[in-house]
Amino acid sequence: MQEINNLREKAKLELEKVSSTKELYDLKTTFVGKNGLVTGLLRGMKDIPAEQRAEFGKVVNQLKEEIASYFDEKEKVLVEKETFEKFEKERVDITLPGVKQKSGSLHPLNIVKNQILEAFCGMGFEIFEGPEIDSDYYCFQALNIPKDHPARDMQDTFYFSENVLLRPHTSPGQVRTMEKKAPPIKILSPGRVYRADDDASHSPMFHQIEGLVVDKGVSLCDLKGLLDEFVRIIFNSETKTRFRPSYFPFTEPSVEVDVTCCKCHGKGCSLCKGTGWIEILGAGVVNKKVLEMSGIDSEVYSGLAFGLGIERITMIKYGISDIRTLFENNIKFLSQFNRRK
Amino acid sequence: MKAPLSWLKEYVDINCTAEELKDKLFSCGFEVEGMDYIASNINKIVTCKIEKIEKHPNADKLSVCQVNAGSYGKLQIITNAKNIFEGAIVPVALDGATLFNNETISNGEIRGVKSFGMFCSGEELGINDDWYEGAGVNGILIFKEELPLGEEVKKLLELEDVMFDINVTANRPDCQSILGIAREVSAVLDLPLKMPDLSYAKDFDVSTTATINVNNLAYDLCPRYISHLVKDVKIESSPLWLKRRLFRMGIRSINNIVDITNYVLLEIGQPMHAFDLKDLERNNIVIRRAYENEKIITLDEKEFALNKENLVICDAVKPIALAGIMGGLNSGIKDDTVDIVFESAKFVRDNIRKTSKALGQRSDSSSRFEKGVDSYTTEIGMQRALNLIYTLGCGKIAFDNYDLYEYMVNENYINTTIDKINGVLGIDVPVENIVNYLERLNFEVNVDGNNISIKIPAYREDIESYPDIAEEIIREYGYDHIKSSLLKTCSITNGGRNDQQNSIENIKNLLVGYGFNEIITYSFVSEKEYDMFKIDKTCKEHKFIKIINPLGEDLSVMRTTLLPSVVRIACSNVNRKNYDGRIFELAKVYKDTRESESDLPTESLALSFATFGAEENFFTIKGVVEGILDNFCNGCKVEYKPSTTKCMHPTRCADIIVNGAIVGYFGQILPSICDELNSDKPIFAGEIFYEELTKYFNDKILVKSVSKFPQIERDLAILIDKNVLCGDIISAISEQNFANLESIKLFDIYEGAQVGEGKKSMAFNFVFVNAERTLSVEEVDSVMEEIRKLLLEKFNAERR
Repeated sequence: MQEINNLREKAKLELEKVSSTKELYDLKTTFVGKNGLVTGLLRGMKDIPAEQRAEFGKVVNQLKEEIASYFDEKEKVLVEKETFEKFEKERVDITLPGVKQKSGSLHPLNIVKNQILEAFCGMGFEIFEGPEIDSDYYCFQALNIPKDHPARDMQDTFYFSENVLLRPHTSPGQVRTMEKKAPPIKILSPGRVYRADDDASHSPMFHQIEGLVVDKGVSLCDLKGLLDEFVRIIFNSETKTRFRPSYFPFTEPSVEVDVTCCKCHGKGCSLCKGTGWIEILGAGVVNKKVLEMSGIDSEVYSGLAFGLGIERITMIKYGISDIRTLFENNIKFLSQFNRRK
Repeated sequence: MKAPLSWLKEYVDINCTAEELKDKLFSCGFEVEGMDYIASNINKIVTCKIEKIEKHPNADKLSVCQVNAGSYGKLQIITNAKNIFEGAIVPVALDGATLFNNETISNGEIRGVKSFGMFCSGEELGINDDWYEGAGVNGILIFKEELPLGEEVKKLLELEDVMFDINVTANRPDCQSILGIAREVSAVLDLPLKMPDLSYAKDFDVSTTATINVNNLAYDLCPRYISHLVKDVKIESSPLWLKRRLFRMGIRSINNIVDITNYVLLEIGQPMHAFDLKDLERNNIVIRRAYENEKIITLDEKEFALNKENLVICDAVKPIALAGIMGGLNSGIKDDTVDIVFESAKFVRDNIRKTSKALGQRSDSSSRFEKGVDSYTTEIGMQRALNLIYTLGCGKIAFDNYDLYEYMVNENYINTTIDKINGVLGIDVPVENIVNYLERLNFEVNVDGNNISIKIPAYREDIESYPDIAEEIIREYGYDHIKSSLLKTCSITNGGRNDQQNSIENIKNLLVGYGFNEIITYSFVSEKEYDMFKIDKTCKEHKFIKIINPLGEDLSVMRTTLLPSVVRIACSNVNRKNYDGRIFELAKVYKDTRESESDLPTESLALSFATFGAEENFFTIKGVVEGILDNFCNGCKVEYKPSTTKCMHPTRCADIIVNGAIVGYFGQILPSICDELNSDKPIFAGEIFYEELTKYFNDKILVKSVSKFPQIERDLAILIDKNVLCGDIISAISEQNFANLESIKLFDIYEGAQVGEGKKSMAFNFVFVNAERTLSVEEVDSVMEEIRKLLLEKFNAERR
């Protein structure tokens, strides 16, 4: 029995000195391993009188469990301590910069184009994209701009031959749609357009969106409603529209549409040249001749059309003063458009 | 169109301020783009009488004058002017005065003598002899009259006016005149219009038709031609009022006859011309097309060789005017002109435009005709010119004329309904308003219930049907009456993008997700770009079309590939010290597939991309290509084969082959091209022929069940000839369709001394799985054995 007590005390004593799990596991093997000291006690069983052997075995097993529990307790403490030390070693400076995940961006003109398309798609518009190089017929004649028309001087057009040219507007999309599709028609025709102009507010290539509605009984009031909704989505709900008379050969009546200045909200500032209004697009009721040339009965149906410049709206919306910025494609500029609005 | 307020007031008793008129004009479609308050800046310049002139004690060229400036008292003024004399009445700018050119005057001392102002020349008042005789003299303006002293000169000389610069839209050529604008002012202010006087006394001893012969041989280019003879003309200076009108409009007074033609152009909008009768060979006037290479020298002494596209006015033998553009030097008004023939004509606008453009000869007359002149104006223009001859008393006016026209549309009516008009607008404008607005605009209106009959003024050739009428009404009624409604009568339609349009957005968004910035570049490039990128005549990309009238050579070729533009932008970013980046453009390219000039070229979409920066290499851009194909061409057989694209590094570029077809290429751009574009960093780039790729699009999601059973992995390292391509090894294995082989992946490659000259070590990872059962180690290992044998036989690859 003395032997058992000694062993217990010895285990306790040794355990006190242990400072790492590695030492602990070695010590554990020394005491309670297969060939450990406790098991060694059992080996001496043959010297114990037979009647006491059962009792002895029981006591030794108790000792084994007891010592094992001392080790378990100690192990817990040591594991915790060592884990803590390990974490401490792995400490990082969380304020060091992260490994950059580059996010790309759509071009601002396409961000605005998408916003405009989505605004109108929600109102039932489909999208039609026609060719950029088109015939004189689709670019002019079918839009009520015959060869002798002074409106031909309104835009300087790039030509490939007498009848083939770079479209100066997206309006041919109107004609191509009406030729293919019977009313009701609600389409948007976005795309690149070209005019011989190059300065801070004009680019020889720019982008427009043409909108067209052909149905029974559409009027100027519908145009106003449509455009009010559009500016509410593109700018904000406080933005108001204003019509003023204008002239386009393919619409009659024709209007220029102004919106309240998004910078000064109509009070007058440098952006709106003190007027409180900014011109954003041209629109009107589709000229009866244009409907008829495309084979639509102008006594039954009427149409609305509008054409807007994406550059202009983008520049107003994002405060860009020189149109050329949009085509320089400097990544420092483009990367700012990785947000959606 | 420039219009002075003072002139407009001659036809309409304008009862509002210039600012209010500007707003009114704006509301009815005539935007005032500029307003110049003429002479409003001139201040404190008054009349004074020079009472005494003495030499300046310290300066030879200066005089010291004592003047009487009325209520401003007696002043001492120093001047260097030579044309002054004692007793002269002159303008003097007092202390604090402002001149026409905004210079200010203050008291000063010149060489020890004080001066309390400055005498003014005509120029300093913004005028010349046309405004006040003597104002053009090189010196001080000396008044001819005995004017009150100390009075504001700008009041006495009526210098003040407001000049409107009005934007007239192309459909309203009738408003390219003071009278035309006055008609609109009268309508929008609801005030009566006082027409210019068109009356004159005829001299029954003078006959146009008995004196000359006029023949129109080109009605298609000259629908109306009026000639009127005026005899015994006194060529002299025009009256002051006429000179002042022209002066305000920036036109120099020449003589009464020339001034009358200019005045009628401004006032009525009708270009006029006057021929000297004695210059007309056989007293003949013929309107005809020029002969091939026929010559004319115009009034400005320029000679032109003409052709049959040009219209000329001729006498019996020779051209005497370039119709509608400029008179001939051989028949103009001279000091000794006695009898004149006035011309008032309508020439068709596109012929004038083409001739003017082709010859490079422009005039006020030609630019007016280019906008369109109506027949009515042709008639009243002549009447007004004759009225001015009569009023000025400077000639005997023939009682008859030639008025040549093929047909005359006298009266134009539109018969429509109130409902149709209101239907265009979407609101109900009350009938009495409709009638009122139309009558203000000189339409004659007859309403019968819903029906309305409208007679159109002769000068309104733009009015064709009821939508035009609706526009006339709403621009007077006011666009603020239009109320929003949202397509209430329209059918419901289903909107949105179609599948193709969605795919484009999806592919762009994928690239944005990979960190690419979208760029937009011009569709036209320089032909030199093709040389730089080594796209020679053997390449299909060389079939481009060129713009006839480009802004410059740099913007003249419609691009057939986007890659050069994208690489150029990549290099320009490197130049601007944006050291790393990923960019792409998805846009059209244009290929010349035309059989004739009137055919359209083929437009197709292309996708080009470029990457640059420390972390980019051939395999990062390849990863992007693989990502695109994984996403959009699911299940297709994709291969990469060495490409022969000439702008690429010859051993670092690949063609992308999907199901056997080339759909694009990518690789490293030739360093020499980067050098040329001033980029010292390598650029990786590629182009996908988007519409080729879409043929293999399979972006539908079809779920393949994931096996519940464990997968078994095996690695195999081989030693192989270093020139064997990885892709060939993988396809050789894939082609065998080994049972349960799910994927093969290269995970290590090594060349070096350890593996021996001409060899490389490659390590592949193989994954095996079966959807229905757990695989046995034996069956997997037997496949691995077959793979090993295959590689040995095919590539002489040994297990390592």
